[in-house]
Amino acid sequence: MASKPAIPHKRPRSPHAFRGPMQLHYRWGPAMTVSIFHRMLGSGMATVGALLLVWWLAAVAAGDAAYAVFLDVFTTDAGALNPLGWIVGVGLTWSVFQHMASGIRHLVLDTGAAYELKINKLSAVLCFVFSIAMTALFWLYLGVKA
Amino acid sequence: MRTELGRVRGLGSAHEGAHHWWHQRLTAGTNFLTLVWLLASLATLPGYDYLTVRLWLSSAWVAVPMLLLVASIFYHFRLGLQVVIEDYARMESRFVAMVLLNVYTAAVAGTAIFAILKIAFGSQA
Repeated sequence: MASKPAIPHKRPRSPHAFRGPMQLHYRWGPAMTVSIFHRMLGSGMATVGALLLVWWLAAVAAGDAAYAVFLDVFTTDAGALNPLGWIVGVGLTWSVFQHMASGIRHLVLDTGAAYELKINKLSAVLCFVFSIAMTALFWLYLGVKA
Repeated sequence: MRTELGRVRGLGSAHEGAHHWWHQRLTAGTNFLTLVWLLASLATLPGYDYLTVRLWLSSAWVAVPMLLLVASIFYHFRLGLQVVIEDYARMESRFVAMVLLNVYTAAVAGTAIFAILKIAFGSQA
């Protein structure tokens, strides 16, 4: 039988994301961030987003009173968005743009392209740039139009 | 005791298996098209009060794309949540989660489609 290594804990270990108090065994990068955001936002839109879409459609179908209840949750009496309306509105549009951007990045990666470290990192960062810029543009347009 | 490879060797191809992956990519493309339409349509609506939204949704030019959007996006999220469940749930809990996922998708899709059709086929508000 092989003897135990003299210094057991000095040897390289598998790269677990967390050990001890949230300790990372590798450097966190944009590609990992964009990946986990893709999953979190996708799951969020599939649940919260889908239920809100259905509630909105069902409220319109049900009539004036049901739609008023929907509007009342997200707007003030004056008709402007309330804090929840802002969080849900901006959150959903940003989620759509971010999931869309990282989805397009996935389609490029599916072809076998853009795995080189620099372009991979750059495309991950660009997903966030795109989603934040598009969300800002969308809401600026709504604000200018109003 | 046989390995998994040993069990399937010589049995030939299953001729399927990539459909989940492929359908997720296809619906990603149709999600993109329908969402660009929805965001542009919503942004250019003159208002978001009941009458404006109902009049907008009662048009066939809105009801049909909205139905296609629901079909594409809900199928896409069912495929996506299946992958999430398969990553984190095992054995019985995976089975239960998959059944609940299908029930949830059918319930929200059914409600959404009914609501769109009710508005589209209903009398003008």
